[in-house]
Amino acid sequence: MDMFINFLVAAVLAGTPLLFGTVGEIINEKAGHLNLGVEGMMAIGACAGFMAGYRSDSLIIAVIAAFLAGAAGALIYALLTVTFMADQNVTGLTLTIFGCGISNFIGEYNIARSETGNLKLPEHITSQIRNLNIPGLSDIPVVGKLLFSYNIFVYFGVVIAIIVFIYLNKTKSGLNLRTIGENPAAADAVGIHVARNKYISLLIGGGICGIGGAYCSMIICGGVWMSDSVNGLGWISVALVIFAAWSPLKAIGGSLVFGAFSVLKYYMPKSVITLPNAFYDMLPFLITALILVITSVRKNKGRAQPASCGINYFREER
Amino acid sequence: MAESAVKKAVGLHVRIAKRAELGTKKAVLIRLASVLAALIAGGIFILIIGYNPFPVYGTIVKGAFSTAMAFQATVKIMIPLLISALGVTLAFKMKFWNIGAEGQIIVGAIFASYFALFHDDMPHVLLIIIMLAAGIIGGGLYGLIPAFFKAKFNTNETLFTLMLNYIALNIIVWLRDGAWADPESGGFPKIARFSANAQLDKVFGVQIGWIIGLVLTAAVFVYLRYTKHGYEISVVSESHATARYAGMDPKKIMLRTMFLSGAVCGVAGMVQATGSDMTLATSVAGGVGFTAIIVAWLAQLNPIVILIVSFLFAVLEKGSSVMQSTFGISTYCADVLQGIILFFVLAGEFFVRYKFVAGGKESKS
Amino acid sequence: MEKETYKKENDGEVYAIECKGITKVFGSVVANDNIDLSVKYGEILALLGENGSGKTTLMNMLSGIYHPDSGSISISGKPAAINSPSDAIALGIGMIHQHFKLVEAFSAVDNIIAGTPGKLKKRSVIRSEIAAISQKLGLDVDPDKKIYNMSVSEKQTVEILKVLYRGAKILILDEPTAVLTPQETEKLFDMLRRMRDDGCAIIIITHKLNEVLAISDRVTVLRKGQSAATVLTAESDEKKLTELMVGKKVDLSIERPEPVSPEPLLNVYHLSVDKPDGSLALDDITFDIYSGEILGVAGVAGSGQKELCETIAGLNGIRSGAVLYKKENIIGKSAREIIDLGISMSFVPEDRLGMGLVASMGMTGNMMLKSYGKSKGPFVDKAPAKELSEKLIKKLDIKTPSAETPVRMLSGGNVQKVLLGREIESAPNLLITAYPVRGLDINSAYTVYDLLNEQKKKGVAVLFIGEDLDVLLELADKIMVLCHGKITGIVDARKVTKEQIGLMMTGSSAEEVLGNG
Repeated sequence: MDMFINFLVAAVLAGTPLLFGTVGEIINEKAGHLNLGVEGMMAIGACAGFMAGYRSDSLIIAVIAAFLAGAAGALIYALLTVTFMADQNVTGLTLTIFGCGISNFIGEYNIARSETGNLKLPEHITSQIRNLNIPGLSDIPVVGKLLFSYNIFVYFGVVIAIIVFIYLNKTKSGLNLRTIGENPAAADAVGIHVARNKYISLLIGGGICGIGGAYCSMIICGGVWMSDSVNGLGWISVALVIFAAWSPLKAIGGSLVFGAFSVLKYYMPKSVITLPNAFYDMLPFLITALILVITSVRKNKGRAQPASCGINYFREER
Repeated sequence: MAESAVKKAVGLHVRIAKRAELGTKKAVLIRLASVLAALIAGGIFILIIGYNPFPVYGTIVKGAFSTAMAFQATVKIMIPLLISALGVTLAFKMKFWNIGAEGQIIVGAIFASYFALFHDDMPHVLLIIIMLAAGIIGGGLYGLIPAFFKAKFNTNETLFTLMLNYIALNIIVWLRDGAWADPESGGFPKIARFSANAQLDKVFGVQIGWIIGLVLTAAVFVYLRYTKHGYEISVVSESHATARYAGMDPKKIMLRTMFLSGAVCGVAGMVQATGSDMTLATSVAGGVGFTAIIVAWLAQLNPIVILIVSFLFAVLEKGSSVMQSTFGISTYCADVLQGIILFFVLAGEFFVRYKFVAGGKESKS
Repeated sequence: MEKETYKKENDGEVYAIECKGITKVFGSVVANDNIDLSVKYGEILALLGENGSGKTTLMNMLSGIYHPDSGSISISGKPAAINSPSDAIALGIGMIHQHFKLVEAFSAVDNIIAGTPGKLKKRSVIRSEIAAISQKLGLDVDPDKKIYNMSVSEKQTVEILKVLYRGAKILILDEPTAVLTPQETEKLFDMLRRMRDDGCAIIIITHKLNEVLAISDRVTVLRKGQSAATVLTAESDEKKLTELMVGKKVDLSIERPEPVSPEPLLNVYHLSVDKPDGSLALDDITFDIYSGEILGVAGVAGSGQKELCETIAGLNGIRSGAVLYKKENIIGKSAREIIDLGISMSFVPEDRLGMGLVASMGMTGNMMLKSYGKSKGPFVDKAPAKELSEKLIKKLDIKTPSAETPVRMLSGGNVQKVLLGREIESAPNLLITAYPVRGLDINSAYTVYDLLNEQKKKGVAVLFIGEDLDVLLELADKIMVLCHGKITGIVDARKVTKEQIGLMMTGSSAEEVLGNG
């Protein structure tokens, strides 16, 4: 039983960066942009968040920096795909190469100039991102551990997912955004500002990815700077968007499931079943591939990518 | 007066209009200009991190060409990039978005490695041919999977091939940690080095992958431009309805082309494993499959231009390693420069197709 | 002349829209050249012109999709700069596009309210608002139905509701009747008249003369991007409007040679064909096509015409039935097999660039579309295709810079000549053509009719899927009417009226219709 609770807790922690990446990418895809640069935007956020936290010793500044940096990466993407109408796949892949490159580069650049030869987050910020201990709540058996014992990012991620869900489904502005992702010409014809909305949602989506990156560099790596801290989580997020059927709410559950896959290898009792570690690492992708096939077999219209995702819009196309 | 001037400025919108078809010469000029702009932007980046861009750029070029060995190393970097870019080109010509070169490279390498590891007692030439065939079949079959589901159920190939990359990657890890683990590595997870018999030969000091690459360049060029298959691919890329109307079977063509696309990528994997790595490493694709997409796109899917572009990419990469030893600039700088150049070229493409015009002026009152 | 007199009569009145000297250039093409146009509130203006005469471009500038390069637009008497669709909406202009701008995955409600200002209202409030508008104009649509479940006519109703919900007083409809049955068209016109009487200004874009005469108060005719004239509808007729549209006197009658010794060439027996969703596209149809005859097919779009053509051409599987060509069943044979069997069946699909031709290839590439496999070895032989291209360019007077220029760069008429020319060159016994004059100017359309008649005289059987009933009635020998995949009748084109065909298109049988008439 304890083992199982520990497993769930580990799954939540492992799923959190995925939740940020996924929600960010959902906003992007809802605006009609299949952004393959999630990995890059997360890497940029990882670097900016860590460095800002390292220098300022303030969690808020670190998170803001990560958001802004992710948004800056997204700005390059938006400029190229929205205004310059460049191919979305190629631009996204380039953003990933660039983002990972510059993140690692800045990391090494700072290490080379540090006295100790490594970068470690200072004490104050480290205490801020430790797992919470809410007197009373965190002590409740089982429930306390399952619900009230995580670091602040976990709750923040869930809140963001819920806000994005409400925004997309319960507001006019969200409806307008979904219209753009489905049929930009229709949106344009009713006076929705296509380019402006795309920019805004790409930037916000990129910023949220950036915060997910900060989670990787600040929490997963235990407060010490490491290259490639995002390490493919951005790509899993792209997969998770499909698993979550483009719903931020389902992304919460989905990130828990995918988080569970990634820690399953440590918790699966060897006496029950022994599978190679690689198999567990493969699971998220295998299942996403299966979902892709199943939804295409069923031709499920409610569970599909926004219709104009991947296609750039030019009003005077004739 | 001043007021009307302000009004004019506010009322003046810059907007985008489609260009009339540009001549090839002008289009090439625009592309060269965007590369130049990228080099300037990269120079500014180098300046910001505290170096003089000219010697840094000089070092990159020198680093890639200065000695025979440096040049050989550059070519070695180019080989997998060139071959897999040719592979994805076949799919892209059909407007099949094969983002799965990475996975196809890996599976090609795995198939070839099986013979390198367990059947290396064959005559050398026969072994090489069998390994090549294995790479072709492995990559080809892995390319067939998304094509099959696309043909059968119209499954989104961009996302599906993306997933297949990571599935393939974990297959190597699984082999490395299990069945194919090197017993003599002392617990360090790796696959054994191939025996000399299973290693590709060298010509002019570089593994023969470069010859395979050149042959494939010519072959893909001819295949796409002059054969019936190439003609069918262009028709299918335009419209499946037209293809069916003309008596073609678009599904068969899709399957065949994706097999070939994957097969060529599989060759890249075989060549990298047996010619450069001399083992099956988890990094056998190492992002080359993604870069190949960019190379193919930059070259406008023209095999001859792909040869040039992949060579330039290799120069940048090789030069960057020298940049590190000379200036102590991290090799990650190469990724940054690569990104910057690509961003500019992507933006430059816009000016080939569109132009900015001033418009939306206030109507005269 | 007419324009001048008309202006004098209306001095002092405020126009809903007044355009002066509008010019718009795309690349090297002048789409609009110094065009004037005006419409009052409480008036229906028809904007008439051939395809490519600049109608849609002009209207797209009124709705903020394009920007004029020069010229001025006044709305309700005030100069206006329409820089975006939202500007147009703010000015009370609503456009119903020919290709609906709807989100397929959304419900009608979501489509109607997207982009409107203000917060998202409660569903019940929106529903009653929509119901109020619908009631006033006699519209009928389920607000929660998804667009992908709707018929074309329902989709159009949603489009109209979309602009009315935004309080539009100026409505622009781009070819609204192209997809409607005669009866649906009449319903639409009734609604437009009600809106006019309500004080709306309405511009209807069309190239169908009878509709212009039926609905409009005034007509502005465009020709080659210029305003040719503006006339009062009451003072004009079809002949006069055609002359204004084409710029010269045109003989509107279509030749119909008598068939010479017709013999059944193709027999269709109890043919049923499925749609991809499993419902029936063709429902147990039986008919014959005779050599030396033109068999016209009438029907609302989507009544099974596409499936009929594709089945005969070997592109579709069937549920049951048989298609006998010279007594041999061709069902089950692939398109390639049908060609290889020596059956020269030429099929001109309705979507010329999407199906009959490869848009990005030149004429040479397109000429070998069906014959590229004939040469030996793995390589294609371009020489015969090149020769054929040159021959067709001369014979049919195709305007193209070269045989290698991508066909998408050619005008609609030339594209059709390329397609039809290739098919006729293969010396067919049966020629299937679907909407062969769609989008063509009048002269090109008559060239196509001549080509078809020429084939008919040679003894070729022609299956002609048409949309303009007037043309079908004049060109075809027999007319077969399809409704929901069933044949409602096969009638002698010389002895039937348009109204009778219209009734059959909506499901009345030939016996009922002809019996009544």
